[in-house]
Amino acid sequence: MAAKKNITAPPKYSIFDIAGPIMVGPSSSHTAGACKLGQIARALFHGTPDKVTFILHGSFGKVYKGHATDKALLSGVMKWKTSDERMKESFKYAKRIGIEFEFRIQDLGEIHHPNTVKIILEKKGRRPMSMIGASIGGGIVQVVKIDQFNVSLHGVAGQYKTLVVWHDNREGVRTPLIEAIERKKIRVHDIQTARVGDQALSVINMEGRRLKLAEVLEMEKLDGISDIRSLTTLDKQ
Amino acid sequence: MYEFKTAQELLHLCARHKCRVSEMTVLYEMEFSGSPRGEVLSRMRRNKVIMREAVKAAIRKQKKTSYGMSGGDAAKLLKASRSKKMAVSPLVARAMAYAVATGETNAAMGRISAFPTAGGAGVIPGVLLSASEKWNLSEQKLLRGLFTAGAVGKIIAENATLSAAAGGCQAEVGAATAMAAAGLTEMRGGTPEQCLNAAAIALKSYLGLICDPLGGLVAVPCIKRNMLGASAACAASDASIAGVKSFVPFDEVVFAMKNVAKTMSYKLRETALGGLAVTKTGLRIRKKMGLNGIKQDENEN
Repeated sequence: MAAKKNITAPPKYSIFDIAGPIMVGPSSSHTAGACKLGQIARALFHGTPDKVTFILHGSFGKVYKGHATDKALLSGVMKWKTSDERMKESFKYAKRIGIEFEFRIQDLGEIHHPNTVKIILEKKGRRPMSMIGASIGGGIVQVVKIDQFNVSLHGVAGQYKTLVVWHDNREGVRTPLIEAIERKKIRVHDIQTARVGDQALSVINMEGRRLKLAEVLEMEKLDGISDIRSLTTLDKQ
Repeated sequence: MYEFKTAQELLHLCARHKCRVSEMTVLYEMEFSGSPRGEVLSRMRRNKVIMREAVKAAIRKQKKTSYGMSGGDAAKLLKASRSKKMAVSPLVARAMAYAVATGETNAAMGRISAFPTAGGAGVIPGVLLSASEKWNLSEQKLLRGLFTAGAVGKIIAENATLSAAAGGCQAEVGAATAMAAAGLTEMRGGTPEQCLNAAAIALKSYLGLICDPLGGLVAVPCIKRNMLGASAACAASDASIAGVKSFVPFDEVVFAMKNVAKTMSYKLRETALGGLAVTKTGLRIRKKMGLNGIKQDENEN
């Protein structure tokens, strides 16, 4: 079940957390959650990939066919909603638009939730991107790794607008970005930063209106910032 | 202002504002989401539309899915509900058919409203859609039933759980049955007390119900548990309208549910390691799905 508002306070529910979500069956964690993870991967990658590889871990690896987890993941990568009835034919659509896809079963290690998938997106002329995420129940998902960076990104749909920023690992890179966001009267709720070598990745959760693409592109020009992705495809239903 | 966490708080609010449970729920949602009334109502209407479509889809298609474990039963039940040979009333018979239909659509990758969850999604449309059809009720009354069901679900979610992985099937079909019982009671003109009383009567009978799906798939026994949940919800509402009182109030039943969830073995919470999932038939499905066998010590439930 998706708790709204504050994660640490005792959850308060909207009636529509109870009545819904409207989704394609059969399972909120194996189907709806998987679709959502695909959506996040696609939003992080930005643009249609040529090739997607899904590495299925734990329970995802064992029962993905019975729950149509594979079809749901691919649907998400094509930006389809969890309620999109074309989901059962997602393989066909992906082939038609030229996305090559592959599913592999692999143990990603005990630290991972049983319903975990690693998604690798590739496109000619771009560096590939990988993401590890888990579907932790009731359609709620969590992203734990983006490329080589450990993160903790909770995809409670509709909760926050989130920016994911790839930037240099040095002091003072984030500050001008935060100031730029706040100048637009958007409140920054929290920031998580993961650092590896001379690179870093920040996840910024915000409250308020969503940023326009032009605004995001403008921020990408700030010193030390290489890529910014705005996660706005996390539909409630 | 309109916030409620328990049945007691909800009943106080209803008494103070002299309104139905559904009206209080709409006011709560407007306050919570900051949306105007029209938007709140139309979101619920959308759920209702999806519920209808899901029921129709299964009866039309009758498709076998989930390794042959699902499909075709809703049509059989609907046909039987029109005969005069049923032990239950025509309304209950139709409720059972619609509950199964929703489960079959879910298993076939059709679209459903997970109200309150995918596994327990059949009970509420089963009961409330059938009642509105059989009694020729207005859409407004049907929406009231759905909001009242939502209020009961919110109380369970905030004080116990709506996840079978955390609490077994009592938290899914059990919760849905309590929610449907309350919704039906409001649709037939029951007081707020009678609604929550019906929910208490229903939920008490589901305490301890385990979640033991064959092969971990949402099909067996989930779909037929939704069917009987629908009949139980109608019976609980009847009892409440007749004046039968639950000796234990709803909030205490929810508290008991939470305690039962805590003592329930993980094998009986959606893992497919206990109950029906490890019967001969259950193990056969596991094999068909290419899953590992279950070790003997895990099979001694």
